[in-house]
Amino acid sequence: MEKRTPLKSALTHVGVYLSLFLFILPFLWMVLASFKTQQQILDAGNLLSFTPSFDNYRNVFTQYAFLDFIWNSFLVAFFSTILGLVLGLPAAYAIAKYKQQGLGLLILVARIVPGISFLIPWFIIFSRLDLIDTYTSLILSHMLVTMPFIIWVMIPFFEGLPHELEESARVDGCTTTGAFIRVLLPISWPGIITSSILAFIFSWNNFMFSLILAGEKTKTLPIAIFNFMSYSEINWGGLMAASVIITLPVLLIALFAQRYIIAGLTGGAVKG
Amino acid sequence: MTHWIEKNIKWIYTMPAVLFVAVMMVFPVGYTLWLSFHEWDMSNITPPLWVALENYKVLFQDELFLDSIWLTFYFTVAAVFIETVLGILLALIMNQHFIGKGLVKTLFLLPMVATPVAVGLVWILIYEPNIGIANTFLQALGIPPQEWLASPDLVMPSLILIDVWEWTPMIALIVLAGLVSLPKDPYEAAIVDGANKFQTFRHITLPLLKPTIYSAVLLRLIDALKTFDIIYATTQGGPGTSSQTLNIYGYVLGFQYFKIGQASALLMIFFAIVLGLSVLFILLRKKAGVSM
Repeated sequence: MEKRTPLKSALTHVGVYLSLFLFILPFLWMVLASFKTQQQILDAGNLLSFTPSFDNYRNVFTQYAFLDFIWNSFLVAFFSTILGLVLGLPAAYAIAKYKQQGLGLLILVARIVPGISFLIPWFIIFSRLDLIDTYTSLILSHMLVTMPFIIWVMIPFFEGLPHELEESARVDGCTTTGAFIRVLLPISWPGIITSSILAFIFSWNNFMFSLILAGEKTKTLPIAIFNFMSYSEINWGGLMAASVIITLPVLLIALFAQRYIIAGLTGGAVKG
Repeated sequence: MTHWIEKNIKWIYTMPAVLFVAVMMVFPVGYTLWLSFHEWDMSNITPPLWVALENYKVLFQDELFLDSIWLTFYFTVAAVFIETVLGILLALIMNQHFIGKGLVKTLFLLPMVATPVAVGLVWILIYEPNIGIANTFLQALGIPPQEWLASPDLVMPSLILIDVWEWTPMIALIVLAGLVSLPKDPYEAAIVDGANKFQTFRHITLPLLKPTIYSAVLLRLIDALKTFDIIYATTQGGPGTSSQTLNIYGYVLGFQYFKIGQASALLMIFFAIVLGLSVLFILLRKKAGVSM
């Protein structure tokens, strides 16, 4: 439809790759600094010529017990996603099937309300129940992020499935739950993958809830990373190595599951 | 039994999720409202003391509170506006043919999925006045070095730049998805009518994209209002209080000064602002003929 002239094509390439470079630059910077010594980082005149060293990464694991924090983050993200699916999938299905707009709206509100407006009561209640610094409080709090998001992605997904599938399962003698588990869930895997990947990432990245509810035993990565900053000095190399370690799993997921992530992040918005 | 389950299935399926939201969110927000009418420092010995609207009165005489409202709006409006304009531009460029489109689209996902705290820490290094590349970059352009996050005047624009970096790709990808799904007919008609590029964009593309852009802006507005991780990780509201948005001030009042009543009052006002604006935008969106 449109003419493709060489000049226009060249301009497009320059525009795309220049913007891409700007958006990727902070990541390059993070990775570069993570392989430098403190002296090399402080020498601002010398940006690129240095011999990479793995010392920062070694220190992150030997001096700061990062494996424990990775494990904490993984456990919390994993279980808050699984439990979010257990509660969220049936809810999304019922909301889609029986057009329960009111309930859908309630779930949407959970996405809108600022998390900090219930942080003080959470702190008080979880303290009373002796649940501060436990996985229970972290998983429960993160579920308030994962579950509404899963429902939000799955409602339009379930709405888009053909009715006939379910009806034929019913004719074959399935109950609603039987049809849901045996017929609908298996064909819904693209939606389930999309919503769980993003729910996992949101939990992995969550900072505010863990800041209040985690303690020495259950510290997740985004909290633990502040170990590298003290009033006197910032261990830049260590900090950047830790940043790479936190970000890497998410980036890898994004690279491999990009199709699903784009669909999940933009799906609702494009439908209008 | 089976009959009863079948009859009530829509409630059985939704109740666990609804109960969870009620216990974890609705009840605590109510609790915050209750606390906002009390004075308390979270001690076990002195119970909360009823002070009626005193906390709200104190807040509205508190300059830091009024500043934090202004900073929140400044940050949100500036960041979302810049992200929208740049995002649409980027989407228009990315809608052309270029080599490596799939990979480029994937790489643009990285800023928005990367852990915000890690992102904040990298930007501290970038903005570091002596060793950061931000000043190296300015020097190359012949502009004197800046204090960035350490300067009371520059800290908000610096934070807005981080947000723009993080979220422009999301607007771009949403708009791009919208562009791809546009109908072809109006464009053919426009070519027949001899419309130029800009006219086509102004009178065809933009109106057709309106619902998509509206949705993207709504999503961003809601989240930008609540920005916490990036600000906490980079400035914690500083220098002084020059980047103390509502979110940060609420956190400081509650968890550093333990002024539970005042913090709760602030959080209720914050809650009302976010909810009010969201409802307003959803209504406006409906009025503009866009369904949920």
